[in-house]
Amino acid sequence: MLNFIARRIFQSIFVMLAVGFIAFAMFRYVGDPINNLVGQDTTLAQRAKLKQELGLNDPFFVQYARFIGNAVHGDFGVSYRQRVPVRQLIESRMPATLELSFASAIIALFLGIPMGIYTALKRRGVLSHSFMTISLIGISLPTFLTGILMILVFGVLLRWLPTFGRGEVVHFGWWSSGFFTESGWKSILMPAFTLALFQMTLIMRLVRAEMLEVMQTDFIKFARARGLPERIINFRHALKNTLVPVITITGLQLGSIIAFSIITETVFQWPGMGLLFIQSIGAVDIPVMAAYLLMIGFFFVVINLVVDLLYFAVDPRLRVQKS
Amino acid sequence: MATSTFSRIRDSDLYYSFTHSPAAMISALVALLIFLGAVFAPLVAPHNPFDLASVDLLNANLPPAWLPDGMREFLLGTDDQGRGILSTVLYGSRLSLLVGFASVIFSLIVGVSLGLISGYAGGRIDSLIMRIADVQLSFPAILIALLIDGVARGLLPRDMQDRMAIYVLVFAIGISGWVQYARTVRGATMVERNKEYVQAARLIGMRPFTVLRRHILPNVLGPVLVIATIHLAVAIITEATLSFLGVGISPTTPSLGTLIRIGSNYLFSGEWWITIFPGIALVLLALSVNLLGDWLRDALNPKLR
Repeated sequence: MLNFIARRIFQSIFVMLAVGFIAFAMFRYVGDPINNLVGQDTTLAQRAKLKQELGLNDPFFVQYARFIGNAVHGDFGVSYRQRVPVRQLIESRMPATLELSFASAIIALFLGIPMGIYTALKRRGVLSHSFMTISLIGISLPTFLTGILMILVFGVLLRWLPTFGRGEVVHFGWWSSGFFTESGWKSILMPAFTLALFQMTLIMRLVRAEMLEVMQTDFIKFARARGLPERIINFRHALKNTLVPVITITGLQLGSIIAFSIITETVFQWPGMGLLFIQSIGAVDIPVMAAYLLMIGFFFVVINLVVDLLYFAVDPRLRVQKS
Repeated sequence: MATSTFSRIRDSDLYYSFTHSPAAMISALVALLIFLGAVFAPLVAPHNPFDLASVDLLNANLPPAWLPDGMREFLLGTDDQGRGILSTVLYGSRLSLLVGFASVIFSLIVGVSLGLISGYAGGRIDSLIMRIADVQLSFPAILIALLIDGVARGLLPRDMQDRMAIYVLVFAIGISGWVQYARTVRGATMVERNKEYVQAARLIGMRPFTVLRRHILPNVLGPVLVIATIHLAVAIITEATLSFLGVGISPTTPSLGTLIRIGSNYLFSGEWWITIFPGIALVLLALSVNLLGDWLRDALNPKLR
């Protein structure tokens, strides 16, 4: 057990170092960092001096180590495009992305799991068929088209919801929240649903498949034979045993929600990190791209690690096998 | 000779399964129609949207022909520059399909080669390739494609970015998809490597490269075909997404994604057809290819027969 955890943590550190290496290589070798800092009238001597001061003449691994060290302290350099520290940019954009991801994860879970259970228990129902049809649409529609369709229907034709931005936000220190104003709630609905649709269908199909499989097993038949009420069989016995893969997939999907928020944020002009990333790609703003890569890499590694450990904690069979 | 080939196809399991699956036949028909429309766009399309002489700004923003104000000449309406939507969609699918096929082929070559090497050589090379695959697999493909696209743009001079956009896209989407091929092929290769015909080939002194190409490769291609079909749908969607985000194909020669991006600016003034029709084309294309892939996977899987 301890051995397993240690190996997973070691692996995670390796992945982070690899991601950091890519980010550093981008930062250092795509475009000239000096050119992006100074004006055109800087003399060659001044450039050389600046290069020496910034440590760009140091050996490769010294620079790499310094880059990683700075990143660990939250220092990602200065944005080429906006001339402000990248850390400041990311801090101002992070709450928007995290709130959006949180809202869509909640939607995906609280609609996906019940829909999955329902379609598994009432396979022939009319409602089940419509859920399955919705899920087929959810899987085949690209995220940005879902967003555009939503804007067309609820924003342009019905005029119910705002089509861009976060609405009014309330500030708590550096955190800004849209959950405390009416316009904030209205604004988050469409982006959150757009982002949630794909994950929701995935969770629903997964829960359905797992439930159908568990319902075939002997211990469910035995529970039936014991004359237990349907409700207890369905929820206490069947659902509980489907949760392991559901936790894994949901956890891993949390990472993709953050990644896919790039698309949703662009469609709805949601002022989050994803929009920042897209704008920085358009402007070849390397420090912002490198920082975003590191942040996302960190999120993913932590999520993967937690999911692995959780998996281990939830399923006792794994513990026996490994040791 | 021709008749015997024909009867071989007709008597095959695959043909039987195809003609007994309505979903497969319908999606094959839809995919074929879009494919033919795209390939023969210069012949089929009522206008050439890139020929500035035939474009008239007075025809801009016309609704589809069946709505009031619509002109029969423009069946699906026109965009802001007076180009017929039907024509731009046909030409756009051409680019989408081109990028889709090219990046699938690129992924396939990289993935299959690395998979073969990894499975056949084993040891250090194998674990190096597989570690890279693991790291890449822990991030969504779209994110990797975006990142490669962004870096490649940074490396290119500004005036070349538009011209190179297609190559950059193919490279980015291709690299983001090789892992699945490599993993599948590696597994199959490790099984084949220990079979007698491979040992016999090695014993008569064939070079490893020849063994891989002539003997192992043909035997691991079955599952690759399935992955490639489903990957085509993914690649088309990825291209559309990148173009929609504005880091893909430039608006002068639009793909479906670029068309949707341009059209989405006109959504608020009520010109929905500029964005919806390319969207429908994209969904039909992706859905039909996806369903074909699903069918192929089930048809080639002996366990399900």
